Amino acid sequence: MENIIEVKNLTKKFKDFVAVDNISFNVEKGEIFAFLGPNGAGKTTTVKMLTTLLRPTSGSINLNQVSVISNSENARKTFGIVFQDLSLDDELTAYENMEFHAVLFKVPGKEMKERVEKFLKLFELWDRKNDLVKTFSGGMKRRLEIARGLLHKPEILFLDEPTQGLDPQTRNKIWEYLQNLNKETQITIFFTTHYMEEAEQVAHRVAVMDHGKIIDDGSPNQLKEQTQTKTLEEAFLKLTGTAIRYEEASGTDKLRAHARMWSHR
Amino acid sequence: MLGCGVTDNMSAIYILWKRELIRYFRSKARLVGSLGQPLLFLVALGFGLGPIFQKAGQGNYFQFLGPGVVCMGILFTGVFAGIQVIWDRQFGFLKETLVAPVTRFEIMMGKTLGGATVAFIQGFFVLILTMIVGFRVQHIFLIPLALVAMFLTALFFTALGISIASVLSDMQGFQLIMNFVVQPVFFLSGALFPLAGVVNFLSIIAYFDPLAYGVDAVRGSLTGVTHFGLTTDFTVLAIISSVIIVIGSYLFSRVEV
Repeated sequence: MENIIEVKNLTKKFKDFVAVDNISFNVEKGEIFAFLGPNGAGKTTTVKMLTTLLRPTSGSINLNQVSVISNSENARKTFGIVFQDLSLDDELTAYENMEFHAVLFKVPGKEMKERVEKFLKLFELWDRKNDLVKTFSGGMKRRLEIARGLLHKPEILFLDEPTQGLDPQTRNKIWEYLQNLNKETQITIFFTTHYMEEAEQVAHRVAVMDHGKIIDDGSPNQLKEQTQTKTLEEAFLKLTGTAIRYEEASGTDKLRAHARMWSHR
Repeated sequence: MLGCGVTDNMSAIYILWKRELIRYFRSKARLVGSLGQPLLFLVALGFGLGPIFQKAGQGNYFQFLGPGVVCMGILFTGVFAGIQVIWDRQFGFLKETLVAPVTRFEIMMGKTLGGATVAFIQGFFVLILTMIVGFRVQHIFLIPLALVAMFLTALFFTALGISIASVLSDMQGFQLIMNFVVQPVFFLSGALFPLAGVVNFLSIIAYFDPLAYGVDAVRGSLTGVTHFGLTTDFTVLAIISSVIIVIGSYLFSRVEV
């Protein structure tokens, strides 16, 4: 199988702090790949570099043979992303959010209506298409974001903690859609999560990251065998230790608080 | 191919511009609410200081104050629209545009033009408000000129807001910017008092205050009274707006999420 994501010697330093330390890995076309790690391991930093939002200090990233660093604009056409924080426009309708995405991602005008309808129906949001997003529940917003991320027919879908804060019903439903889509279209899915049982159920392959390095990767079964544990959660804890990671409130957390305060002014 | 590329670029800018307008007109409460501050200035200062202004032989204070308050509305709306980029790039819709196959310049232009249009419309509503309270336009045929001045002012301050937002990493600096940039820019611009005859250091500061030229241009066009002269006003406004858009584009292109 060909590799659709190729990462070589990727490093990101913030001043003296090494957030991502010389990691290399590949993801094959059509794989569902889980990227696991405790808080502060460097997962989100890696996802940001893979999706052109952050420039690496060194190393190379290719998405579908396109360099993310030297040809970021074309690399952006290859993937869709669902961010950890919702990035929908609350004051627009579901349909408008989709429409705006279609224009930004240069979906041809003729196909646009057809595709928006297809994906809104697929994620069971068609009935609510003309409602403002701010009236949506958390699960509906997530589904809309995933629908939006798929609108330009990307070959890779990045999901940064897509099911965080959702109830089990919604989580199951979301993975049901995604697994079907993966089977039908061979779309590659790269996701991060803290729910180990989720990774165990859906991922073909997982990588475990800690302290900026990838400490293990393989299928969930391989990881369990290696660590001689029964579940992926145990394997994960064996690999990364049981100590709780101390994280200072980052600038992002403070910003989040301010945004909440101001956005409802 | 080239033609196609141009329309693509235009459509990204257009859709970002359209989004700002939809949001503005959709939230009626915010629209009405943001007219509160200009109204307060008009009523409190207009009626409060008006008699003194008249006694000093300067004529009707509303004629003087009106354009100043119009520009105040533009200043605050514009800067705020720009500075919203701080969290918008982290959580909002902007983050989604940053991974779209469009250039940072297009995003910056869409956002700037959208914010500026909103600030301009806001200024227009304030202008109507001033007329209700007692402001009278002297030269009807110069209204288009005043509108151009209002739009340039809006463009400048929205782009300034985006430039500031591009270098601030969080909202800690926001209060600082409001108190040490936006408020002084407003109070020292000659929006509230005539610059002719003020102490030397104030008039020197006014030369470096972008809003002073905006206020002067709007006032000059609508009432015929100017401090710097309309030619100077428009030249300065056009130049600083262009420069700040270049600076803003550069700073915004370097923003990382």
